[in-house]
Amino acid sequence: MHPAASVILFTVTSGMGYGLLILLALLGVTGTLPLAAGFGLAGFGCALALITAGLLASTFHLGHPERAWRALSQWRTSWLSREGVLSISTYAPALVFAAGWVLAGRNDGLFALAGWATVLLAIATVLCTAMIYASLKPIPQWRNRWVPAGYLTMALATGAPWLLMLITAFGFERNLSTAIAVLSLLLAAAVKVAYWRSIDGAAPLATAADATGLVRYGQARLLERPHTEQNYLQKEMGFQVARKHAGKLRVTVLLSGFAAPVLLVLLASVLSSTAALLVLIVALPLNWLGAFVERWLFFAQARHTVNLYYGDAAV
Amino acid sequence: MTQIAKNTTGRKLGLVIDLDTCVGCHACAVACKEWNDGGHMAPLTDEDPYGAEPFGVWFNRVHAFEAGPQVESGCGGGGDTRTVHFPRSCLHCEQPACVTVCPTGASYKRGEDGIVLVDEDKCIGCKLCSWACPYGAREYDYASGTMKKCTLCVDRIYNQNLPPAERQPACVMVCPASARAFGDLGDPESEVSKRVAERGGVDLLPDLGYRPVNKYLPPRERSAAASSAPLPDAAADADIGQRLLRWVDRVLSR
Repeated sequence: MHPAASVILFTVTSGMGYGLLILLALLGVTGTLPLAAGFGLAGFGCALALITAGLLASTFHLGHPERAWRALSQWRTSWLSREGVLSISTYAPALVFAAGWVLAGRNDGLFALAGWATVLLAIATVLCTAMIYASLKPIPQWRNRWVPAGYLTMALATGAPWLLMLITAFGFERNLSTAIAVLSLLLAAAVKVAYWRSIDGAAPLATAADATGLVRYGQARLLERPHTEQNYLQKEMGFQVARKHAGKLRVTVLLSGFAAPVLLVLLASVLSSTAALLVLIVALPLNWLGAFVERWLFFAQARHTVNLYYGDAAV
Repeated sequence: MTQIAKNTTGRKLGLVIDLDTCVGCHACAVACKEWNDGGHMAPLTDEDPYGAEPFGVWFNRVHAFEAGPQVESGCGGGGDTRTVHFPRSCLHCEQPACVTVCPTGASYKRGEDGIVLVDEDKCIGCKLCSWACPYGAREYDYASGTMKKCTLCVDRIYNQNLPPAERQPACVMVCPASARAFGDLGDPESEVSKRVAERGGVDLLPDLGYRPVNKYLPPRERSAAASSAPLPDAAADADIGQRLLRWVDRVLSR
């Protein structure tokens, strides 16, 4: 599948924002974070800015962005529509909870309710994003049981370093958020490795003979394409990364996205606040690079059944 | 509405494509392009049509396949392979995921006849429907920013301005080999349904569960005589007639 920059930017950035939002709301509502106004403003500001930037990026690849509001209407059947509805719904409790935190320093009563609603809606939004892909039967690398877990753990593994950096910048106690960052990075790496093993070891979904109804004759092989130039289907769904490059890129994801940030987070935990902040400012971009490469690979390694009509023996 | 509309009539309009008689002339693709460029989902934009890299929207694409045992080892396969011209277009599935994934309700399946269409005024051009179709039936029009697809010539088959004999999809009308037939596949007594039953028509990628309405009729089996090798040129067991013919051949060859 063609890795569209806007979709990669959207899913990584908004996932990062939702990861941060989930952790902020969860730790805030359970009273594990100090309800300081400046910290709340910075935390929710970053989370909602990342989410909003991601959602705006998602409209860049639309043919008619001005009609995007229509995408909120088909939540009964469409995961894309559900994602739209939930992503917008998440703003309401998140803003209420942030207001309680920043303006009143409170996390009880109505604000507690808003906090829990934020956690649940943010998780549901990320899962809807994953289900857009995981529900597509023609693409076996997406219709995989590790995909929803992969999206959720990547959101946490990119959100948790943000939380740690903010906590460090404000000079608060860092042990819990360090542990959360390390655990979510390791968990996301484990899920990613399991996902890669799963798609590498999977039996083909279908052959060219299945796609042409010629199974009774044995096998089918494309002799001639229908056209002399590339068409939309080939541009959109024919993209494939070479296997050797995919291997290198996977190593990049593991090293840059997970291993280096884990080591830097652990290093930061034994340093003073100022030195730790400098280390984390290096760790975060490495984490993002890994996340972008991971999402790029998620597209570039996905193979659509339409390729069976364009020369693939099996998909 | 992207919930699949309940079929109210039992009618399932679609095509039956005979892979035995299709000669791969691309007339269906061209006639389709010609009609639909001015039809319901017009235009079928061509970008750079006379330039170095022509690119455009088509609803029919005709591929050619080689089918037979052991084709992986190369062409031929002991003479038991066949060339199959394979026209590909929307199958108007009974479970069209292209419709259910649509976030805006632009994609829909009609309750009265099962035709799958796109409302071009509601489409936001997110392309998700084209990802959801295993058959590559939908093509995006970069110029209009919307998705385009086969309409089963909805603007021909009900068109009161056309003579009744011409109320068929353009691809069916034009086919010089009668390899395409149009009809109601929901009615077991229809001509197309009978043809499917008689010839063992098949679904493409049936395991994916899209339940295509369009059916493909497989190429006919060859008779044993057609598959056997020509007789060896052995003199010993040749009968008198063959020996006479060989003598005539030698005389005429001098």
